[in-house]
Amino acid sequence: MSLNVLGAISLAAEGGEGEGFHAPTPAEFYQPLIGHGDFAITRPMVVLALSVGLIAWVLVATTKRAAVVPGKGQWVTESAYNFVRNGVARDIIGSKDFLRFVPLLFSMFMLIVVNNLFGIIPPIQYPTMSRIGFPIALTLLVFVIYHAVGIKKSGAWGHIKHMIPPGLPKGIYVLIIPLELLTYFVTRPLTLALRLFGNMFAGHMLLLLFITGGEYMVIHGSFGLKIAGVGSFGMALVLTAFEALIEFLQAYIFTLLAATYIAGSLADEH
Amino acid sequence: MQHFTGITQVVVAATAEDKTGDRLPILPLWGELIFGIIAFAILYWVVATKVVPNLEKAYAERTAAIEGGMQQAEEAQQQAQAALEQYQAQLTEARAEAARIREEAREQGAAIVVEMRGHAQAESARITEAAHKQIEAERQQAVVSLRAEVGRLSTDLASRIVGESLHEETRQKGIVDRFLAELEAGDIQPEKVGEDA
Repeated sequence: MSLNVLGAISLAAEGGEGEGFHAPTPAEFYQPLIGHGDFAITRPMVVLALSVGLIAWVLVATTKRAAVVPGKGQWVTESAYNFVRNGVARDIIGSKDFLRFVPLLFSMFMLIVVNNLFGIIPPIQYPTMSRIGFPIALTLLVFVIYHAVGIKKSGAWGHIKHMIPPGLPKGIYVLIIPLELLTYFVTRPLTLALRLFGNMFAGHMLLLLFITGGEYMVIHGSFGLKIAGVGSFGMALVLTAFEALIEFLQAYIFTLLAATYIAGSLADEH
Repeated sequence: MQHFTGITQVVVAATAEDKTGDRLPILPLWGELIFGIIAFAILYWVVATKVVPNLEKAYAERTAAIEGGMQQAEEAQQQAQAALEQYQAQLTEARAEAARIREEAREQGAAIVVEMRGHAQAESARITEAAHKQIEAERQQAVVSLRAEVGRLSTDLASRIVGESLHEETRQKGIVDRFLAELEAGDIQPEKVGEDA
């Protein structure tokens, strides 16, 4: 499965008229397995389903008999759970309300981090979040939740009023109100989805470029290019380690921002 | 799989009907978006109903266990504190007892000293009295014997002074005779004369 993209490219390279190296394009990320178009069953769907099954099975298996003194599996799960529960939810939302958002933030973090890490884990090597549909799906949920939480707390009008910082001179409101509304309804969800998507997409594109390019140079290049190809593989290795860091970081940032937005809707005052 | 996908793509490319791959990468595939929501919903349901409650229960139990342990420790500490207080109370009591006993002993000692002093004074008074009496008796005796001595000496002296004249005169006037007569008559005790002589 990991070789899908590579396979397609090398096939194209060999099957073409031999006019040289084809750099990977965004189109490589579209990999329908069954059907085509908007409702095709695509490879990232399979990866996502696999990740959901895997996460659910591991979490349930390690916490089914959660004990006061944890076993190895429970300890590992608890470490991740504590990281989200205490490090994100409690610190950002505050100890009064955070507990009801822990399941949301924890499952969100686990789903994103596992799918991101799938980007470098053989034999999957496909970051699900590099397909914009999935970050949008998660962002849509966050968007709906933080508005719903705000409306439930302060009422619809109160929630809108809550977005505008109080205590400003009247004239500034003309400027501030559109800006704040834009922030809450457009900028936040847009950046939340695009940040995750962009990091995963670009990172994977980079890896693809170094690996396919290196492969092409080693196979088809002259002696000097073969050495450069080896260097390209070396870069791919370094970038893979770097990607691991970014993939974790992006999952953390997404969860952190989701918690921040929810906390903002729950806050009493600005 | 590699060949399968490769073939698929070739087929797709060949049919050239599917332009989905050429779509901008920031435009979502609706199928993927909806599938993403469903997948997350399933995961959320599992986490919210099967994972988090178990973990939170374990956390609560852990907190309770720690608090129980702390309570036990606190009880133990209280017991130790009570034992210490009891011990200190006993110690204070013992000290008070000791002080009381010492005080009593001191009082008794003082009483004994006073008593002994009384005894000693009585004794010394008695001894002084006895000495006084003895001295008086001896003085009396001395006075008596002195009187006898003085009588004899004065008689001696008187007889020395007046001896000669008295000798003749006595003979002449018959004093010796008279004395002897008195002696025979029993008026004068022989021992006394002997003693006097």
